[in-house]
Amino acid sequence: MQVRSLFFAAYRDAMGTGTLDVDLPEGATVGDLVSSIRSRGAPFNRLPKAPAVAINHEVMRGDARLTEGDEIAFLPPVAGG
Amino acid sequence: MSPTPRVNPPKDGPTPSARASDARSLTRDEVLRYARHLVLPEVGEQGQQLLKAARVLLVGAGGLGSPVALYLAAAGVGTLGIVDDDTVEANNLQRQILHGTSDIGRSKLASAAARIGEVNPHVVVEPHPVRLTSANALKIVGPYDLVVDGTDNFPTRYLVNDACVLLNKPYVYGAVLRWEGQVALFAVPGGPCYRCLFREPPPTGLVASCAEGGVLGVLPGIVGSIQAVEAIKWILGAGDLLSGRLLIMDALELSFREVVVSRDQSCPVCGDNPTQTGLIDYDVFCGVDAHVGSPSGNDAFELDVRDLAREITGDLPPLLLDVRDLWEWDAGNLADRGALHIPLAELMDRTDELPEGTAIVTYCRTGDRSADAAERLRSAGFAVRNLLGGLEAWAREVDSSVSVA
Repeated sequence: MQVRSLFFAAYRDAMGTGTLDVDLPEGATVGDLVSSIRSRGAPFNRLPKAPAVAINHEVMRGDARLTEGDEIAFLPPVAGG
Repeated sequence: MSPTPRVNPPKDGPTPSARASDARSLTRDEVLRYARHLVLPEVGEQGQQLLKAARVLLVGAGGLGSPVALYLAAAGVGTLGIVDDDTVEANNLQRQILHGTSDIGRSKLASAAARIGEVNPHVVVEPHPVRLTSANALKIVGPYDLVVDGTDNFPTRYLVNDACVLLNKPYVYGAVLRWEGQVALFAVPGGPCYRCLFREPPPTGLVASCAEGGVLGVLPGIVGSIQAVEAIKWILGAGDLLSGRLLIMDALELSFREVVVSRDQSCPVCGDNPTQTGLIDYDVFCGVDAHVGSPSGNDAFELDVRDLAREITGDLPPLLLDVRDLWEWDAGNLADRGALHIPLAELMDRTDELPEGTAIVTYCRTGDRSADAAERLRSAGFAVRNLLGGLEAWAREVDSSVSVA
């Protein structure tokens, strides 16, 4: 199955792209997606191991299962004020 | 969008409405001043009394704190506590509209109190001229009804969140960087807290601070104004609160995205079985050094300014590599110590300019960007260490004649 990763703000800068389509085996979880992205090497290995993600606009934990066509937004923490 | 949980009054202490009944009714001056509020059905006289009776704590009188303080004061929030131990600097004025040019060098609290007094003399300002810490947070936050976060770093954000959860106080979160902002209302009953969203702090060096990454001056104006809206709505009990939702704003594309955030039952702080029941050391939690310039224990990859001062006068001086932008380099640098300049953005395309076999020390303004540069060069096979605290620490502790942009 294919899912679409969206990188915002600091993640977009770090990854050098705003979107990344990823092929995953059926039943893969958010954690599997993160591992798959990180295993692409630099710069993708700069993605933290347990980042905050929203699947189809809803924040989910790393064990959440993905399905074909899901849109996974990686939400970078921001500290400035 | 999921249904927004309704907010119940805090468990302890008088509710805003209970207090309003014994608060003095509005004076004639106040009735005139708040006339446009009084005609709003959601505010009216009773709502304006709730605002007058409300006690709001603002952590940070900077970019976000400016619009929050000005609008909450103008709206008639009766008591504004402000925590800040900084002084006003020229580089604050591009976004911190609470302060003016004549305030440079003055404490932000004094400047804020004067400005707020001018905006609305009916507001009582309670200054807290300290840095919020695990030791003082519960005592400072305790007497307030709600906390608005205008801090500029991760450790304080986690601290404010945890203190709010422990004390049952709503936490109005806002954060900005470059062109992006985030806003949410955390720690209200039934809703999530900051830790439900960002369970763990980011690895150091991944997320820039505003000093390193920059911030559009207007952005905290927008985000802080939304924080002020949420604070006022919570006090009034009006409308749908931004609880259970994170609003993400991108000013470059001018988009507002919203994601649903639910309370995480396994959250270590607000979950069903919390594993953390008090405040912790948030600098350690976020992997931040207690003070800039101290070695963080990774001698192979980092050194502090005093070590560098020794090494560059020794037999085998390292090559200094400045990775800041050109305008920063032009304002002051270590060229007289042999420093090379390659901006971070161009670094990996220009590694052929670096002599092989020479130990390199990367530096930037505060040490964040250069940590990133060092990591990239290291993975390309160079022997690199990062200068902790950057040129600021160098100017502070070794050579005050260097000007730092």
